[in-house]
Amino acid sequence: MAAMEPIGDFIEKLERELDMIEPGTLKPDVNYRSIPNWSSMYALIIVALCETEYDVAVTGEDLRKCNTVSDLYELVASRK
Amino acid sequence: MKYFFVQRVFGVDEWSIKKGFPDRPERPDETMPNVRTFTLPMGAKIGAISYYLPEKVYSNVDFFKDFPDSLGSSLEKTGVIERHIIGADETASDMAEKAALKLFSEHQIDPQSIDFLILCNLEPDYYTPATSAVLHGKLGLPEHCGVLDYNHGCSAYIYGIGMAEGAMLTSGAKRVLLLTTSALTHTFHPKDKSSKFIFGDAASATIIDATDTGMIGPYIYGTDGRGFNRIIKEDGGARNPITDESQKEITDEYGNTTSRGSFYMNGNSVFLFTLKKVPQMIAQLLAKAGLQTEDIDQFVFHQPNEFLNETLRKKIGIPEEKFIHHFARTGNTVQATIPICLHKLREDGKLKPGTTALLAGFGVGLSWNCVIARF
Repeated sequence: MAAMEPIGDFIEKLERELDMIEPGTLKPDVNYRSIPNWSSMYALIIVALCETEYDVAVTGEDLRKCNTVSDLYELVASRK
Repeated sequence: MKYFFVQRVFGVDEWSIKKGFPDRPERPDETMPNVRTFTLPMGAKIGAISYYLPEKVYSNVDFFKDFPDSLGSSLEKTGVIERHIIGADETASDMAEKAALKLFSEHQIDPQSIDFLILCNLEPDYYTPATSAVLHGKLGLPEHCGVLDYNHGCSAYIYGIGMAEGAMLTSGAKRVLLLTTSALTHTFHPKDKSSKFIFGDAASATIIDATDTGMIGPYIYGTDGRGFNRIIKEDGGARNPITDESQKEITDEYGNTTSRGSFYMNGNSVFLFTLKKVPQMIAQLLAKAGLQTEDIDQFVFHQPNEFLNETLRKKIGIPEEKFIHHFARTGNTVQATIPICLHKLREDGKLKPGTTALLAGFGVGLSWNCVIARF
């Protein structure tokens, strides 16, 4: 498993990709599904980010099992 | 009299026996004036392309009036601004006919020069006969012209080109007309926001001409039939007839609604499949062709979603200037996305002679294919 960057950097990248949300919205304990207008596009953006930035495959099922931003971060870190 | 037995049993004339049947290339035949001497074609090239968009436009403004809750849901990241919707009095085959007529008039193509017609269509006019047979009559194609229907989706165009080459090899056809048509909007549930945003209807018409030097190929084809239900219209075919269950609304975790009798796509899993398979098949094709990414002048991908294609472009490492995004004013037109892009590239002078393009289709089936096409 390669070293994973700190959660702060992960969140920064997420917020950049989900460019329609306010920076600072995503804290580690935030349930990402509570983001306003959470849609299937958002889920795809997260999947794409994990794939291109971290080379990690994240399925719809995985997203369903994660609740918070930090759960997502742990999942990606564990698969790197 | 010598050949009496053979003639009677096999019904073959004396001339053929003397010449050594079944090949009889020198025989002049008044009933098939356009059939040239059968010489094995060395290859084919993509010729003239036209396409037809139905009149009615459904813009993003219209969409957000219908679905105000979707504002800010980042559907715009898919890249679509407007899409065309098939008319109430049009069938999918009508659109294909119009695309063909446009091709004939825009490029001065004589219908009598067509040796084979291939049609990709998910909505046949009749259970039988093939819709391509009906179109043959409407377009006034010659009698020696073969016709074929097939019903692929996103991977259709490259299958069509491959089969066009097959028609050339088997029948000596010198000119094939490949038509595609998509009226997918017919299948959407009224509350299926995603599909209504992404897809548009259209038909395309392409001429494929036989050449002395092969300009198309190699090809890669791939399928994963276990994924057949990731993009599907479940009910209404032979497997699941329409019942009361077919109307029942099914809403997913993102608030998108469909039903068994309507079109369904598992966005996440198709996205993942694409991200995995497309780079793989591009690498396989380049290896098969003995080429590198740098040798390709234009990558022409099926256009399902700009965000997806950008992700693919970055993953494969294709420079922006070699990768076309062109579906904002049509939406995802399924089989027509690639020919519409080729048309645009030609208009912009990017398909000059000597250009090497890589065409790639991927999606429903699950099915994927790609081919090198030289211009």
